[in-house]
Amino acid sequence: MIIHQLSVFLENKSGRLTEVLEVLGKENIRITALSVADTSEFGILRLIVSDPEKAKGLLKEQSFTVNLTEVISVIVPDEAKHYAKILRILSDLDISVEYTYAFSSGKKSVIILRCSNPDDAIKALKEHELELMKASDLYKI
Amino acid sequence: MEIWNRHFECMDRNELKQVQNERLRETVERVYFNVPYYRHKMQEAGLGPENINSIDDLSKLPFTIKNDLRENYPFGLFAVPMSEIVRVHASSGTTGKPTVVGYTRNDIAIWSEVMARTLTSAGATRNDFIQIAYGYGLFTGGLGLHYGGEKIGASVIPISGGNTTRQIQLMHDFGSTVLACTPSYALYLSEAIQESGINRDDLKLRVGVFGAEPWTENMRREIEEKLRIKAIDIYGLSEVIGPGVASECMEQNGLHINEDHFIPEIINPDSLEVLPEGSVGELVFTTITKEGLPLIRYRTRDLTRLSFEKCRCGRTMVRMDKCLGRSDDMLIIRGVNLFPSQVESILLEMSEIKPHYQLIVDRVNNLDTLELKVEVEEEFFLDKISQLESLRQKIQNNLENALGLSIKVTLVEPKVIERSEGKSKHVIDNRKF
Repeated sequence: MIIHQLSVFLENKSGRLTEVLEVLGKENIRITALSVADTSEFGILRLIVSDPEKAKGLLKEQSFTVNLTEVISVIVPDEAKHYAKILRILSDLDISVEYTYAFSSGKKSVIILRCSNPDDAIKALKEHELELMKASDLYKI
Repeated sequence: MEIWNRHFECMDRNELKQVQNERLRETVERVYFNVPYYRHKMQEAGLGPENINSIDDLSKLPFTIKNDLRENYPFGLFAVPMSEIVRVHASSGTTGKPTVVGYTRNDIAIWSEVMARTLTSAGATRNDFIQIAYGYGLFTGGLGLHYGGEKIGASVIPISGGNTTRQIQLMHDFGSTVLACTPSYALYLSEAIQESGINRDDLKLRVGVFGAEPWTENMRREIEEKLRIKAIDIYGLSEVIGPGVASECMEQNGLHINEDHFIPEIINPDSLEVLPEGSVGELVFTTITKEGLPLIRYRTRDLTRLSFEKCRCGRTMVRMDKCLGRSDDMLIIRGVNLFPSQVESILLEMSEIKPHYQLIVDRVNNLDTLELKVEVEEEFFLDKISQLESLRQKIQNNLENALGLSIKVTLVEPKVIERSEGKSKHVIDNRKF
């Protein structure tokens, strides 16, 4: 249930993001989801990819600063109320969500969450009968 | 042409040499008997005070460098008990520790005297209003000019640095006639005045005394044109006394050194041999009247040359060229000394980062800017914007507090910083004077 998301440090310079994608593209790494968190000074690129370990190695070879971050992934119907429900469950238990992003595939949404305590989050969401994705399934999308 | 102290400033050089000989003998005795560091160094060289009879014997004596002051931090090189010290000042050292200097009451009087000469050589008199925009505090600039201004009886405005709006307003309202600040700040002020809406014709500025950082003839012309004043170069360093070591006269053709207090030599910085008149080399000073912190053959790391030719102003004191280079890696940012090694030692104290950094110095709108690029290593890369941001801020705060300079810290990707032959290029200075 623990997903390994790639986190890449990017200077706020044009071309950095392009270069990351080109490096991954060359080795046919597929990207399931992507988001960029930015300040005016730098950014953190977050990716769910088909092969996180391999992708990390490729980027490190090109001197990128990369880490793997543990996130969880929940699949729900693509209506806002379902997303809200997930966040409500976690906030009621004081499990803080550092960031979240989502994408839709068909009538379903995949919600990625970075929680302060992933194991507690998984337990809480399961208790509410929510469907958590396995890493291998997520990477395949 | 006004000269503050004709007796010394226009002294016949043979007579001056006798004065120097006697004062040098006194100083060598003073340090030999009162400063263990100097006694050991002289003994190691097989020297006693009896071996130094005239300035011709100067080259027998050992050199003193900034590191010696650092190793004897804070007061180890003082030649008098602390109860005799009435003032301390400090400036940047090569690593974390500042360079500390101390003054007896007599030293303060000497300092005021040489500053009076400096201001007088720029044409200042008791009828002038001197706006001192050098920083007051541990830095010797502000207080040095201050005591000189009071000595000549001028009206001193101790406004210190910064707050440009107020500088211009008071310059206008008080009718300042003499400006004392760094040359880059003078240029900055000139543009601020234009933008302020205050008419230059309503200002009474006539002359400026500028120093604490290198500046070219081009910059001088620009300051003179923009501010419509005469721009006089002044030179000093706190180890020797502060400002007041040397200053230009109205001829603006070399800075007269106050040789009755500070004996200059020019040496080859590598071989350490003394060079003849006219050769460019490293400037070395021996103080011959200071009591608190007398220094023997102190290496300034400034590069210049000397001319003993008599000046049209009538002064016989030797002149040095404008200093434009250093024989070490020290930077001067907005008049403040900075050693790259200081930055390195501050970064090394932080366990969250590796000191893979680069300092970039530039000049924007006539003000020096300082940026530090620090590489983000994998083990320190946190996937949280706020944590990275607070790390960046922490580095910035640590540096600003230690250096006394505002600095912009930018996090960069690894290997961004050029390495050549395995050694990182730590400093890039984009300023063109």
